[in-house]
Order: sequence, then structure tokens, then C-alpha cells
Amino acid sequence: MRGPDIQWYVILSAILFSVGALGVMLRRSPLIILLSVEIMLNSANLLLIAFSRLHGREDGQIFAISVMAVAASEVVVGLGMIVALGRRNIDLDVDKLRTLRG
Amino acid sequence: MANFLVWVVWLGAAFGCLASALAVVTFRNPFYSALALIGNLASLAVLFLLLSGEFVAAGQVLVYGGAVMVMFLFVIAYLGDKSEESPWSGGPSWQIVGAVLAGGAILAEVIVVVGLTAGDFLSKPHPVARDFGSPAAIGRLFLTDHLLAFEVTSIVLLVAAVGGVVLGSHARQGEDPTEVHARS
Repeated sequence: MRGPDIQWYVILSAILFSVGALGVMLRRSPLIILLSVEIMLNSANLLLIAFSRLHGREDGQIFAISVMAVAASEVVVGLGMIVALGRRNIDLDVDKLRTLRG
Repeated sequence: MANFLVWVVWLGAAFGCLASALAVVTFRNPFYSALALIGNLASLAVLFLLLSGEFVAAGQVLVYGGAVMVMFLFVIAYLGDKSEESPWSGGPSWQIVGAVLAGGAILAEVIVVVGLTAGDFLSKPHPVARDFGSPAAIGRLFLTDHLLAFEVTSIVLLVAAVGGVVLGSHARQGEDPTEVHARS
């Protein structure tokens, strides 16, 4: 295999995961929180594909594709909730959303 | 020489990945954050290609960079400019300090654990065939060994589509659909 060894991918994935976690913890807008969750899911995907290459088996890539499908569903539901909030003129601020009753 | 070129591509993709991830987290306007995430996904697709995950890289660009991000941009445009005055989380500043410490702790733990346990195991990748990660190989695995995962994924997507329609459906005559349901 040419290029960097797998540990560089592991380190990159760890950094990406912490950046995404920081976004989830620090930002207020639910839109940005969803985007940060996407970063975290993608760092996990990078790790899955890196280890799939390390072991020479494609099962990790199958797993990564399934993670992609789950992430797409999560985005659909999350964005649906955000649109429902926006239509009722509720502030898009997770600090102010204390109950999720309709 | 070829190895050097691969390193250059890897460094470029890794830098693009990290820079755009930081941009997603720090930009004030959600529209710019979503655009930065597209850059992040594209750089990740380059890394997937370097790991010979061709089909996953194509899926990343088509599904994520295309469909999901277009949906994000539409929703952000639909909601209009609701950028808040102080985008960072409220409360006392020790919350921010705690969050940064927690993020740094995750990073340090992962790197220390990998460094302690991996040894040189991580630098000896298994040799693979030429068609490793090609659409044909992935499709064959999906229809043989991982058929159950394939079918369950389709059900998950169906449920998510139904949920999205239910959450986004209009209230009739200005009424809240949950109230109508409660009254009947």
C-alpha cells in the first residue's frame, strides 16, 4: 500500500471526531449540531474503511455504506423536526427548547 | 516518486478535511457551514479512494455531497436567516471550557490507546486484489453475506421517509394536526 500507514488515518479520524463533538457541545443552532453529527459519523466511516483496507476484507466497507444510510435517515428526521419548529416560529436554539411537546 | 505523490494527495485531503470541519463548527451562518461540510465530504471521498474504497467514495459524493447536502441547503434556505446573536452555547464560560477539555480528552485517549496497543501491526496492511472495493465486489457481498443488512437498511430508509413526511406535513386550515387528532 502506497502512502501513509493506517495509524495516520486513525489519528485524523480521532481529530475529526473531537471537532464534531466540540461542535455538538458548543453550538446552539440545531442545524449546526446536525452538521457536526455528520462530521462525527464520517470520522467513524473513515476508520471503518481504513481497517477494512488493513485487514484486506470488504466487510468494513459494507458497514460504512450502512452507516451512510442510517445517517441519511437521521438527517431526514432531524430536518423534519427543525422545519416543524421553524414553521411554529420557535427560536432555533437548543438552550431554549426545554420540552419536545407539540 | 509515486509514493511521494500519494503522500502529497493525502496531506492535501487531510488538511482540507480538518479545515472544513473547523469551518463547519465555527461559521456563524448555517448556510456557509453546510457549504463547508460539502468540502469536508469531498476530501473524505479522496481519502476513501486512497484506501481503495472506490464504491464507497462514489456513494459518499453522490449520497452525501449530493442528496443529503442539497436537502440541508433547501431547509436552511426555507427557514431563512435566523442566525442567532451569540451562536456559542450559553451559560457560564466554564461550560465552554469543559466542552473543550472533554473534546481534547477524547482525542488524547484515542491517540494514546492506539499508540500503546497497535505497535507496528497498523503499518502492515494485508495485500489486496485489484478489484478490492469495486462496485462488483461490494454488490456481490451485499447480495450474499450481508443480505440481511441490505434488507434492514431498506426498511430503515422507508421508515425515515414516512417519518419525514409526517413531521413535515402541513396542518390543515391552520390547525395543529396533533390537536385535531386529540379531539376526534
